[in-house]
Amino acid sequence: MFRSASDNIGSLITFTLRKDRVRIPLWLIGIIFFTILIPLALDDMFPTQDERDVMAETLANPAVTAMVGPGDIENYTIGAMTTHNMLLFTAVVVGLMSILLVIRHTRTEEEDGLSELLLALPVGRLANLNATLFVLTVTNIVLALVSGFSLYALGLESMDLEGSLLYGVALGSTGLFFTGVAAVFAQVSESSRGATGLSIAVLLLAYFIRAIGDVSNETISLFSPLGLVTQTKAYSANEWWPVLFLVGFSALLFLLANYLNAIRDWGAAFLHARAGRTHATRFLQSPIGLFFRTQRTAFISWAISMLVLGISYGSVMGDLESFFQGNELLEQMLIAEEGYSLTEQFIPALMLVMGILATVPPIMAMNKLIGEEKKNRIESILAAPVSRGKLLASNLIIAAFNGFVMISLSGIGLWLAAEAVMEDSFSFGTIYGASLVFYPAMLVMIGAALFLIGVAPRFTGLIWVYVVFSFITNYLGGLLDLPEWIEKLSPFGHIPALPVEKMEWTPIVLLISVAAILIILGFIGYRKRDIEG
Amino acid sequence: MSIVEVKNLHKKFGNFQALDGVNLALNQGEIYGFIGPNGAGKSTTIRILLGILKASEGKATIFGKDAWHDAVEIHKRLAYVPGDVNLWPNLTGGEVIDLLIGLRGGNNKHKREELLERFALDPSKKCRTYSKGNRQKVALVAAFASDPELFIFDEPTSGLDPLMEQVFQEYVQAAKNAGKTVLLSSHILSEVEKLCDRVGIIRQGKIIESGTLSEMRHLTRTNLLVETKEPIPAIDEWKGIHNVQKDGQTLDFQVDSEELDAVIRYVSQYGIVKLESAPPTLEDLFMRHYEHKQETTEGGNS
Repeated sequence: MFRSASDNIGSLITFTLRKDRVRIPLWLIGIIFFTILIPLALDDMFPTQDERDVMAETLANPAVTAMVGPGDIENYTIGAMTTHNMLLFTAVVVGLMSILLVIRHTRTEEEDGLSELLLALPVGRLANLNATLFVLTVTNIVLALVSGFSLYALGLESMDLEGSLLYGVALGSTGLFFTGVAAVFAQVSESSRGATGLSIAVLLLAYFIRAIGDVSNETISLFSPLGLVTQTKAYSANEWWPVLFLVGFSALLFLLANYLNAIRDWGAAFLHARAGRTHATRFLQSPIGLFFRTQRTAFISWAISMLVLGISYGSVMGDLESFFQGNELLEQMLIAEEGYSLTEQFIPALMLVMGILATVPPIMAMNKLIGEEKKNRIESILAAPVSRGKLLASNLIIAAFNGFVMISLSGIGLWLAAEAVMEDSFSFGTIYGASLVFYPAMLVMIGAALFLIGVAPRFTGLIWVYVVFSFITNYLGGLLDLPEWIEKLSPFGHIPALPVEKMEWTPIVLLISVAAILIILGFIGYRKRDIEG
Repeated sequence: MSIVEVKNLHKKFGNFQALDGVNLALNQGEIYGFIGPNGAGKSTTIRILLGILKASEGKATIFGKDAWHDAVEIHKRLAYVPGDVNLWPNLTGGEVIDLLIGLRGGNNKHKREELLERFALDPSKKCRTYSKGNRQKVALVAAFASDPELFIFDEPTSGLDPLMEQVFQEYVQAAKNAGKTVLLSSHILSEVEKLCDRVGIIRQGKIIESGTLSEMRHLTRTNLLVETKEPIPAIDEWKGIHNVQKDGQTLDFQVDSEELDAVIRYVSQYGIVKLESAPPTLEDLFMRHYEHKQETTEGGNS
């Protein structure tokens, strides 16, 4: 039965490879490139064992462990450092790659009716699934071997052949495991979005179970595939048993996917898309409700990311003093100010990075309006008794609220983590104030985006140039020795560097006025111009 | 009383003259058919009426108010269904219907449920999964459920199957009976012919023909099919006769309305065996203008 069900699998494998001849190499090159770049960068940044030990000290806290997993802190070689900092994250990316590729070739093709075309040919019913599994298996084996041997080829002292191969194989077996997960969900879920969503949910769940286990009880981590990955302890203890478990589970998942595929009809699924709401909530029946609703997922994802970013910056605050001593590059970037600790002086730089990053989601929220217009969805709203002013104002409120939440969460995250790792921490007001002081600059950026929407709708993309410009001139300004007036071209160049500098209200008032002017001009333009759709 | 009035409307997109002096007027309680080939300016006219585009020149008023300045006031009393309905993929059909009704301020639960049933639309599905026809149904349900004074439809049935087209026509007819005014832009000429009291044909940004169907027919040709005992000599040379096709003793041709009397007198001399006449369909009217356009673009003259 199995043989005939997989008839013509050979040509399907060739076909699958043909369809992904660009996609798969791009994924592999990207992942392998980062894998070999990191140890080189670490070697460059921490050339001596002393410096690495300082780093180990800095990272030895629960917040970091929850984020990247346990590391061999006692013997923190370049190899151990690479494993500690990168293995888990890379494994997550490999898992994601496998999920996306599998769903693309299975449920997506089924949903689009493409595999119907194939099934009418002398092709076995399970051939497509197994061709996909075969291609993904080969992809992950190539990934394991190439990244393993490349790491070894770097010739770094602490990175021996066994550790390197284990590192690569740990990545590859994670890929296999999530290939299996995605293959099963491709049978279970009716839509490709559903299958992708469920598979990614498993990936995230694996990450969180491991995070909980790593900071409380390591046995819990063993129930997570990603926990198994960190248990390989590549470049230190070199444990191979977790890989065997991962490969074994993958094989079981492959079999389960085949079984589920064999017992279901083409196009059918075990889980059905649950019926959505047949009525709108009262909240949805206004432009502001509509905009919030359509951006909800992006908003929540960004909010979580900003909080995590704040926490991760905050978690390294504990041992910054010893870490900074002797690092010329970082010292140069900081504002040399008497009477403040290095940690305090580091805060404005962190806040700037977070402030500029926190500007990205509100600008995306603002530009959503132009996206909606290009997709011809604004005309339905404007054909109802909704004025352009109300439409634009609704979107502005969403964007401004978005920005406020983002910058707040990054500050709160930083404070929470700093509170946990520092003996003599900062007051909440100090940290939150230092982050919130960037909000007027963010308002200018939001205002500029709105101005473009109203006055130059073809050039709304230019706002991103301004964001990148702000980042380069302000974050790297000290390093590049740029004249101060260039920094001042960005709103972020006017923000007082709290808590090192004194709070100054003049630039704040100035920025808010600029934002207000941009917003007013944008409104005038938007009310006068043609709406494309 | 004119519900919609458009006078000498011009619209330029850069160098492209999309509208070149459009005039039209809709009276209370009538269904006005707005027809013309793609790119003739139907949707541009409608979008100016909705205040989404700003006229370069000319005047557009609805309910006696300016379409651009008083857009919000006007929109409280009208419903619009675009030809290409684009919806938010992550909202369900039911949510979008409520949103559109809610924005307009009306709420008629009973009518909404009735419409969903008549149009056979499942409101619990995400708009992502809807076909073009189903997306149009969402917009139609929202429009009919909100009970406005004026309906503006821009090719509303291009994705509907014949059964649903029938349902649509019933609701339009019911709206007319209730005294509502309807502007119906359409490609489906049989639909326009069936529903509309008056018709305007737009071409290259100008209304080239408008009036009731019978008025327009009067200005045009009648199809004649004649079979006579003796052959009719030199029929093609008669004034006002076009497109003569011979099949033995049977002749098939079109006659300009003002020449009809003379032609019948002439033909009857030869002993009529069979005579069939048909009024020109809207399609004939439309095609005549359309052919005319092709001839002129080819440099001919007619």
